[in-house]
Amino acid sequence: MPPLLKILFMRLGLGVLTLLLVSVVVFAATQALPGDAAKAILGKDSADTERYEALRKQLRLDRPLVEQYASWLGGVVRGDLGKSLVGAGANVTDLIGKRVVNSAILVLFAALVSIPISILLGSLSAIWRDSKFDNVVNIANLSLASLPEFVIGIIMVLVFATAVFKWLPSVSNVNSLMPLSGQMTLFVLPVITLALAVVPYVSRMLRASTVEVLESEYVMMARLKGVSEPRVLWHHALPNAIVPTIQVIAINIAWLAGGIVTVEYLFTFPGVGAGLVDAVANRDMPVVQALVLLMAAIYVLLNLMADIVTILISPRLRTGLR
Amino acid sequence: MNIDPELVPAEGAVSGPSAPRRREWVQTLVEAWGLRRTKVGTVMFALLLLIALFGRFVAPYTPTEFVGRPFSDPSTAYWLGTDFLGRDVLTRVLYGGLSVFVLGISATVIGTVFGVSLGLVAGYARRVVDEAIMRVLDVVLAFPSVVLAMLFVSILGPRLWLIVLMVGVSHMPRIARVTRAATVEVVARDFVRAAAAVGVPRRKILLYEVLPNISSPLLVEFGLRLTYSIIMIAALSFIGFGMQPPAADWGLMINENRIAIITQPWVVLAPVLMIGALTISANLIADGLSRAMVGIDRDTAQA
Repeated sequence: MPPLLKILFMRLGLGVLTLLLVSVVVFAATQALPGDAAKAILGKDSADTERYEALRKQLRLDRPLVEQYASWLGGVVRGDLGKSLVGAGANVTDLIGKRVVNSAILVLFAALVSIPISILLGSLSAIWRDSKFDNVVNIANLSLASLPEFVIGIIMVLVFATAVFKWLPSVSNVNSLMPLSGQMTLFVLPVITLALAVVPYVSRMLRASTVEVLESEYVMMARLKGVSEPRVLWHHALPNAIVPTIQVIAINIAWLAGGIVTVEYLFTFPGVGAGLVDAVANRDMPVVQALVLLMAAIYVLLNLMADIVTILISPRLRTGLR
Repeated sequence: MNIDPELVPAEGAVSGPSAPRRREWVQTLVEAWGLRRTKVGTVMFALLLLIALFGRFVAPYTPTEFVGRPFSDPSTAYWLGTDFLGRDVLTRVLYGGLSVFVLGISATVIGTVFGVSLGLVAGYARRVVDEAIMRVLDVVLAFPSVVLAMLFVSILGPRLWLIVLMVGVSHMPRIARVTRAATVEVVARDFVRAAAAVGVPRRKILLYEVLPNISSPLLVEFGLRLTYSIIMIAALSFIGFGMQPPAADWGLMINENRIAIITQPWVVLAPVLMIGALTISANLIADGLSRAMVGIDRDTAQA
């Protein structure tokens, strides 16, 4: 097998293995539950042994653990995530479907806003290294990177929705019954908050890699050949500087999948993050399992994709010289 | 096999060759102190720690006493107003930092102890053990930020020990990676090979030969993880799974009084500013340390 294919297959296998182990953790966690799901559903009624036993059988809790895991995982793969323990016991898939769409839109907007800004800030501070601009961006990045997302969010609310200006809504109760285009203002603050949390990491990475590229021999060569400075930047330096940043961008988008928890909760945005907070508070295990598995899977898959792209575009790995 | 007598440490002086290096982390501390950001961060951090430790002794009320109408505006009686139950906000801010510090530092210590142990073993053992440890840690890494803690809270309820443990566990992969990388480098050096050759037990080699020589990167990592611990603990309290009412805790205060953000912003702003100042100060220290470690090379420090 060509070395490149071998590396790709190994990385792919590793990703699948990680996903499997993640599913084991998510499944095994519920086994730490005092009592079991049947008890949780029946609550006080679990003293009724007959009903308890019947429900246990219905939930297959009387089967061996391995069999329970296999049938749960089989369901997950087919998109059957079980039934919620709360209320009427709706299908988990139906319950979280709209939330997944809402969060996906939120994360997409956040990525669309933050990536161009990061590239701009990162490359400009690399070009104007050690200038006042660079210092200001550096200090702003350092401060933003250290603030919890919900702290950034609350400051945004105080400034743009309540105490200072009253331009934007402080609560983002997006409604799926109305067209998305009419609810754009509801997205503004959550998107800005998430973007502010991501920009520092990506722009710092891009600055570092741009600085490295700008000092490389081929950029010096291009300059010596008389290539104009803008052309050096846009054609020679930046495309190469972005390569090592791909991974950081992927990790940060993956991080958004978890970082949205506090931000969605703050804005009462009906997405997977706020859904997870509700499910944890209600101890609705099937929903918790589904959402945690989803967030972890997104993280693993995005990392996998970033690694594969990096392997494909870096010549050293492409030729198999590690 | 002939062993060069020079390489054989005298009995009881196993750590002899690495003794001068033991203060590597002290060197990093001294150099970091020379940077302004470290000084600013340390002063801020120390001030907040003082408030958290001793603020309660100057607080005008007790944290659970009802002193006025809910959400009263700031006045001479209560400088920062009252909260949703009519308790004094200033008092609760003065009381509410201790839990953030205690939980944050405990989680960081737990994560560091386990992460460093695993990283040392993985970096020294290599091969199968190394692969197994790092792959298992990859699984932990797949749960973003507070999600792992939330998974276990949903099962066992919001227990403080559980929160601290899970935040610690979620730091393990990155701490182990840093430790492993540094260990691999040190293990290849002569003094470690010499110690192994004369039959020093593996545990002693790791503790007395390797660990002192990787203290600098670990110190930097500890500072960074402390920042994230505080962020995660505050976030968990904010979403209601950390400190439970009626405790005074900065994260919980924000959660409880969120609805008043329009009418009485101080109730929310005060704890928000405290948490923000704390995480910024911790990160300034961490940044200063990492710059000191890489020799104040700005470009690499930013990477």
